[in-house]
Amino acid sequence: MKKSHILILVIIAVAIGIIVSTSNDASTYVGFDEALSMSTAGNKKEIHVVGELKKDDEGHVLGITEGADKVSFSFIMIDETGKEQLVQYAQPMPADFLRSEKVVVIGSYHDDAFNASKILLKCPSKYQEQKINV
Amino acid sequence: MHYFIGDLGHLFVITSFITSLVAAFAYFKATTLSDLKEKTLWLQNGKTGFYLHALAVLGICVTLFVIIANHYFEYHYAYNYSDRKLPVYYLISTFWNGQEGSFMLWLFWHAVLGIIVISTNTYWEAPVMTVFAVVQAFLASMILGVVIPGLDVKIGSSPFILLRDAMRDAPIFMAQPEFIPKDGNGLNPLLQNYWMVIHPPTLFLGFASTLVPFSFCIAGLWMKKYRDWVRPALPWALFSGAILGLGILMGGYWAYETLNFGGYWNWDPVENAVYVPWLVLVAAIHTMITYRNSETALKASIILVIGVFVLILYSTFLTRSGILGDASVHSFTDLGLSGQLFIYLFFFLGAAIILAIARWREIPSSEKEASVYSREFWIFIGAVTLCLMGFQVLMPTSIPVWNKVLGFFGVTSKLALPADQIAFYSKFQLWFAVVVGLLSGIGQFFWWKKIDADRLKKELTTPALITLILFALIVTIGKVYTPAYIVLTLAGVFTLVSNAKILFSVLRSSPGLSGGAVAHIGVGMMLLGIMFSAGYSKIVSLNNTGMLISKEFSQDFNRDNLLLFVNEPRGMWGYDIEYLGERLEPRHNGGYIRKGDVTPTGDRDLVVAKRDIVADGITYKANDTIDIKGENTFYEIQLRKNNKTYTLYPRAQINPEMGGLLVSPDIYKTVSADLYTHVSSVMKPSEGEEWSKLEEMKVKIGQEFYANDYVSVLQSVERIFEVNGIKLDQEDVAVKAKIQIRGENGDYFAEPIFLIKDKMAGRIPDEVADLGLRLTLLNIHPETNEFALGINTRQKDWVVIKALEKPYINVLWLGTLVLMVGFGIAMTRRVREFRKMKEKGLE
Repeated sequence: MKKSHILILVIIAVAIGIIVSTSNDASTYVGFDEALSMSTAGNKKEIHVVGELKKDDEGHVLGITEGADKVSFSFIMIDETGKEQLVQYAQPMPADFLRSEKVVVIGSYHDDAFNASKILLKCPSKYQEQKINV
Repeated sequence: MHYFIGDLGHLFVITSFITSLVAAFAYFKATTLSDLKEKTLWLQNGKTGFYLHALAVLGICVTLFVIIANHYFEYHYAYNYSDRKLPVYYLISTFWNGQEGSFMLWLFWHAVLGIIVISTNTYWEAPVMTVFAVVQAFLASMILGVVIPGLDVKIGSSPFILLRDAMRDAPIFMAQPEFIPKDGNGLNPLLQNYWMVIHPPTLFLGFASTLVPFSFCIAGLWMKKYRDWVRPALPWALFSGAILGLGILMGGYWAYETLNFGGYWNWDPVENAVYVPWLVLVAAIHTMITYRNSETALKASIILVIGVFVLILYSTFLTRSGILGDASVHSFTDLGLSGQLFIYLFFFLGAAIILAIARWREIPSSEKEASVYSREFWIFIGAVTLCLMGFQVLMPTSIPVWNKVLGFFGVTSKLALPADQIAFYSKFQLWFAVVVGLLSGIGQFFWWKKIDADRLKKELTTPALITLILFALIVTIGKVYTPAYIVLTLAGVFTLVSNAKILFSVLRSSPGLSGGAVAHIGVGMMLLGIMFSAGYSKIVSLNNTGMLISKEFSQDFNRDNLLLFVNEPRGMWGYDIEYLGERLEPRHNGGYIRKGDVTPTGDRDLVVAKRDIVADGITYKANDTIDIKGENTFYEIQLRKNNKTYTLYPRAQINPEMGGLLVSPDIYKTVSADLYTHVSSVMKPSEGEEWSKLEEMKVKIGQEFYANDYVSVLQSVERIFEVNGIKLDQEDVAVKAKIQIRGENGDYFAEPIFLIKDKMAGRIPDEVADLGLRLTLLNIHPETNEFALGINTRQKDWVVIKALEKPYINVLWLGTLVLMVGFGIAMTRRVREFRKMKEKGLE
């Protein structure tokens, strides 16, 4: 076997290793129901849940509770299957949170509450934003 | 309404698009024709076309700037990203706040680089500029903003769109089509930072400059000059590596200074999208240098140079198509350009691959196996490592893309990015960094010496010994006990030492060739700096009082944060630390103003001085109105040690509309470590309202008394004829008392007012926020010459801070600079080489 062949084999092996480890360490997008069953089954890996904030008919966000001195807060999120869940976040409310049209929370269940370690927001594109302060 | 300027801008956009097509066509003709006379003619056409294109691009930028600078808020871009309060240098930043503006910036740099290529390299002009012009056509199409009639397909998103066209459904425009907003939305306050003025242009110059080596490579394949393209491309590749690296680091430094995640690198997809092309670019530079020296690794160079440009396009696609929407905090919005971006990416990927395959057999390559003791072998291994390092980041970053691709085949994939990205990437990248460190140490010896096994042992003995000694010292002194970090330290020190040895010997013989050694020393320093500052970052604001800050906070929060009351010193990190109160920032000048020295007005950005204030050498007279940045509050925190005083001003942006508290750190730099401090909880504005019961006392003028345990003096009482800007009537009476309070750090003044208006008595108390004190002039007793004062107290102002120690982070920044210097030396050398060849008429 030539040296270059060994080298190519090593490279392929490392590449495959990277791909495998990526899929192992990757998190998944699930609904709250699945996340809860994963958690009760003992899988404490952090997962992603996509959803929206609970809003009334006029678009006001409902169910926000601020913790003491703004360093934490909780909110009600509705996932893509329509399940409502109280989500707790141990950090201040991110900028643009209330304007977001879509929320992704990354975290896991602790008993009945979902603890988010990170929140990603999708805000309305500027072309959809139709409010101007006159 | 200023219609003309927008139409002019749009005309420039269309002109730039058409002229780039014209230039592409003319340069293509000039490349392919063999008749010399016609060739010259087409070349002239191409040149004219590209110059016109460059002018049009300049026109676009100037027009947009005029719109922003003159506050034409009828335009969407001006309304959305600027307002009247922004100073000029931030008006420039609005350029890259929007996607259209950053495409313009990219176009602009390509135009500049194109002109440099035209004027320095006539030999390669036609084919290289063909590639340039085609790229420019694609980019210009992104801001075209033209709807193809009949098809209803919109091409590009114009920066010159009117607000009413961008917001067609807004009720205000239904009622008043001519409506122009009085002020704009303003620039994101996080971007109002000097790094954000220079970081994007640098990064985009880095992006843009990768086009040059790519164009030379394509030109080489096209013209079948397989060997010749490397020489002119190499200085550009080095330039690109330096600028792109600098741009990435500036972004990291901005994040370190402005955001509060406690670091400079977050492994966010947007960061990864520039990191990966840079790694591959560095690999490409190595193979190109190998080729210049020993005629090997040509094929690898071609693949890598193409790879860099395609990766740049891919990262543009990732960050701008909206595909990362659910995966990145940066949450880019989709401008409807994803289709166009996709075509842009695949056009160049496809064209480059087809061209490379068509020419593959003709590309010269050496049949000889590289020996294990040859430099080519080790540099190649190094390049492979860098590529794998990039690949490891690219795979997970592309997860949203894999999901989409699988979706096309009907497979629902629910994969998401790793939840803890920093831990995930670090555990892999660390080992790649170790290999890179070791290779860049060993590789240098092979590079400079013809070496066999015995020779290698001899050469390596001294550096290995020095390395071990230094390594032992660093590990002991720095208390590096984590196994992975120990290995990384070893690799970093080894690179540092062996390259220093090489540097000394090279400096003696030919200093011009020292670029490689210098750059690798920089890499070694960066590895050590990253290892210490990230691996041994430590929370120092430990709550050592034994008391909880609040039961409502989590256990971690109570442990890691320090509650500071105003003027009450505590100990931290070997310093006395004391909170001195809230400060405001003048909008147009430097320095800070005590919040207690000013009275707020209806406008958040305007305050009135209560007394003469000096900030940063500028005096504001009492009753002056001062422009401030109302969204920002700073918390003055003093550090004292050995009679030396340092002041920190961490910042909080309280923004009720956004519902959030955006905090930015202030960093106290010492030689060995940074102290990174940010506030983690602040008083709510309403919190100061719980006052104690009023305490009444009678004092005479000049008499001392105690207010909340502070020695105070009633200095004077005067009649005034105006209260809060309202003139009083003849029968009304108002008096103002001036009370001096001696605080721990200087004097405060309170000026409560007592007035009789329309026969009714009124009292306007005055507050000394820093001391938690409110004074009221209750009554006047002319018969005894006494004044009745009311004193209320409340809990003193407080702030909760978190502070981290970042050891040896300066080694990282210094290492970066050294790396840049190395790139610079190497570039100078290659430019000289190129000039020499040019003078000989060979380029």
